[in-house]
Amino acid sequence: MITIIDYGAGNLFSVQNALNYLGVENRISSRAEDIISADKLILPGVGAFPDAMKMLDEAGLTDVIKEQAKLKPLMGICLGMQMLFDKSYEFGETAGLGLIPGTVELMHPEDDLVIPHIGWNALEKNEPCALLDGVNEGDYVYFVHSFAAVTDSKNVAAYCDYGMKVPALVTSGKVYGCQFHPEKSGKTGLTILKNFCEI
Amino acid sequence: MLAKRIIPCLDVRDGKVVKGINFVGIKEVGDPVECAEEYNAQGADEICFLDITATHEGRGTMVDVVRRTAQRVFVPLTVGGGISSVDDFRELLRSGADKVSVNSAAVRNPQLIKDAAEIFGSQCVVVAIDAKKKGDSWTVVVNGGRIDMNIDAIEWAKKAEELGAGEILLTSMDTDGMKTGFDIELLNAVCDAVKIPVIASGGCGTLQHFSEVFQKTKASAALAASLFHYKELTVSQVKEHLEENNIPVRRVD
Repeated sequence: MITIIDYGAGNLFSVQNALNYLGVENRISSRAEDIISADKLILPGVGAFPDAMKMLDEAGLTDVIKEQAKLKPLMGICLGMQMLFDKSYEFGETAGLGLIPGTVELMHPEDDLVIPHIGWNALEKNEPCALLDGVNEGDYVYFVHSFAAVTDSKNVAAYCDYGMKVPALVTSGKVYGCQFHPEKSGKTGLTILKNFCEI
Repeated sequence: MLAKRIIPCLDVRDGKVVKGINFVGIKEVGDPVECAEEYNAQGADEICFLDITATHEGRGTMVDVVRRTAQRVFVPLTVGGGISSVDDFRELLRSGADKVSVNSAAVRNPQLIKDAAEIFGSQCVVVAIDAKKKGDSWTVVVNGGRIDMNIDAIEWAKKAEELGAGEILLTSMDTDGMKTGFDIELLNAVCDAVKIPVIASGGCGTLQHFSEVFQKTKASAALAASLFHYKELTVSQVKEHLEENNIPVRRVD
């Protein structure tokens, strides 16, 4: 059973649609007991970092997620991925979940590229990762974001190139984070989600 | 590097695709969900539904179409046609749309762009502009080109960006349906005026028209309806052609 964590900010139904399509048992929930009893967790997120952390706190879920992430696989998606890091500089400085070492900062791409980074970009593999089984070098996934993780290369399973090296898939221990939207990334995204479900 | 996007557009009325479609292997001809699945299999980077339902009662069916499509197709979905309020945005986004496009309602009430961008984020607000040549510039037209709003199309694109539009869907009413190629001059004028992505629409008839639009303009995406509807070209053929011309595209095969 995968619990998709509902704290008021997220593309919950798109993620659920993808899991249903893959035939994976799942539920959307904001209850701590559903996070504790799940085999795996997905933390979605859309919007601004401080608001999302605040909502997570107000839902009383911050500590339980931190504890459970040591015990079972957790995948953060988009803003949910950024929340896995130590802190973000979006609208000031806000502490994150601290599950992957690093920070989240505004992108500074070269070549006068536009922020936000929206569209299909190619994955460049970096460190080996089980989530990339069956995914080829250069396969495209769908991004929508303005901030990006700043983290050691050893935590990055794949980058993409947008006038800078953008961490696209990050991992540390049982924790995984997709800056892109696997639930909107066609077959490649479904493969990555399926790999996560089968860890 | 970002891939250039190819976006097939489906015209939907009362929950059915209205243009005659003849996809091989599709049982229920005219079902938008099945058509979207077919385009997805061909490698469409995004699916666009244009709701041309005239009646209020028929509009609920579009929400159902979007909901059912989002359960089977995992690429971004854009829905346009008759969107006139923040509530329309909310309903479609909740049912599974990733972006909503506004056209005449935004011309008549530009605040709608700002309101929607502030509530839902710019990334889901697409402003569709139908432009027609008038003297040395272009004017904004609505109702399928029947009404001239007497607004300069380039200025309107700039204003839409300022108000928070995430993308411009630019249709040339001079080339639409002509199959003589995209309106390069109009596209360049708009691409030079805004920083947000511009989707080229109207006029494509051959593979070369797709490579031309990406070689001669900064357009981020190209949209086509009947060309794909009538299977004159498939999305995969277009992408193969673009790849041969060193234009970055996402291939699914």
